[in-house]
Amino acid sequence: MEVYGSSGVSLREFGCEQSLLSRPDGSASFIQGDTSVLAGVYGPAEVKVSKEIYDRATLEVLMQPKVGLPSVRERSQEQCVRETCEASLLLSLHPRSSLTLILQVLHDDGSLLSCSLNAACMALMDAGLPMSCLFCGVTCAIDTEGRIITDPTAAQEKESRALMTFAIDSKEHRVLMSATKGSFSVNELQQCIAVSQSASEKIFQFYRDSVRRRYSKTL
Amino acid sequence: MFSSLKDKVGQVLLPGDEFSFQADDTISLSGPVKPEKMVCGPGLRRSGDRLLVCKSGVLRHKPPNMFWMDSQQRRYVPVKGETVIGIVTVKSGDVFKVDFGGSEQASLSYLAFEGATKRNRPNVQVGDLVFAQFLVANKDMEPELVCVDSVGRANGMGVFGSGGLLFTVSLGLVRRLLAPHSDVLQDLQQLFPCELVVGMNGRLWVKSSSLQRTLVIANLLQSCDTMTAPQRQTLFRRVAQGAL
Repeated sequence: MEVYGSSGVSLREFGCEQSLLSRPDGSASFIQGDTSVLAGVYGPAEVKVSKEIYDRATLEVLMQPKVGLPSVRERSQEQCVRETCEASLLLSLHPRSSLTLILQVLHDDGSLLSCSLNAACMALMDAGLPMSCLFCGVTCAIDTEGRIITDPTAAQEKESRALMTFAIDSKEHRVLMSATKGSFSVNELQQCIAVSQSASEKIFQFYRDSVRRRYSKTL
Repeated sequence: MFSSLKDKVGQVLLPGDEFSFQADDTISLSGPVKPEKMVCGPGLRRSGDRLLVCKSGVLRHKPPNMFWMDSQQRRYVPVKGETVIGIVTVKSGDVFKVDFGGSEQASLSYLAFEGATKRNRPNVQVGDLVFAQFLVANKDMEPELVCVDSVGRANGMGVFGSGGLLFTVSLGLVRRLLAPHSDVLQDLQQLFPCELVVGMNGRLWVKSSSLQRTLVIANLLQSCDTMTAPQRQTLFRRVAQGAL
């Protein structure tokens, strides 16, 4: 378990652990402040005939809430994560096979979608699936006075006027996916993207340190 | 030309890292100019004059020009020529279906055993373990296994005898075991005599003089994954001194 202090663009402390589950092919847990998500990846595995795609792998994302059954909110988040993963994975290298990504919410204290994205990326990396680039998720909230808060807690999310989550790629720091809620101006959107891009560098540096530590025993 | 890549050998790289190879600005006119070629192993992809990393892991290099990513993963993807331990799941007509832990089952012809003819069928039952080699393995075709080498000899491949224990470890450990002068194997040899079959798909089969010893070896190998070399050596020494 590693912890990364926050400075500059303020993110809560985050931590990650890779291959902590024995059964899945890749697994990771990601913690941002009090928000925590556990991800497991299975694949490339056998695919159902009805879901088979002849030139690439079928990616399925399942999100399990802390209590109760998955509902509409989980479905929409699943779709956001799936489309981000499809953009970065090289699915055409494993045609006619299935990849399953399961995200279990352990605790939700705001920025759940960005934490899920980060957990998903670490789990996909742990499974050794071919990827063209990495991605990370950053959530920004705009409060009633127009200030931008990165990585908000659940209380800050509730008080905010607008809430945006971006998935950023590691190569050119471009936006892969955006999910927004509330009202904001174009200017504010641009500002939030710029803040997310600078925050993403910190997360990618953390990814690198975390993977380096994992391989330190075999160097 | 590969200097930027050679600097990174032994370091951890992540997907998305890239190297670019520009041709040298100056060309020597006196000596013959030989184009440099390189071999990209698993985890590296070429795209134009750039080299992209697509798996996280440690960059390895074998002189003169071979590079690959060494990563820890659990799911096996078949590669032509690799030997694996499979389980026979279906016996239908003239082919067996073999589960080797990949995304689909491989086929194994009944004629692909040493000394097998149309008359003389090999004795293979559903549930048997086979040690076999990939004859066909690419992403677009069904993988095909054979239990003979190119001259028709078994060469250690075929159906397993009774006894022994099958278990799985990570693919990284398997590669460490199969590497020439493997340090894990050298430590294990000092412990007690055993028969060990290593499949590239992460499956290991062990047989020793007693059931207890077989289990000890299996547990030791499974724990090797998460230990550094000194930790492993102290553990093996403790077992050798009679911790049983």
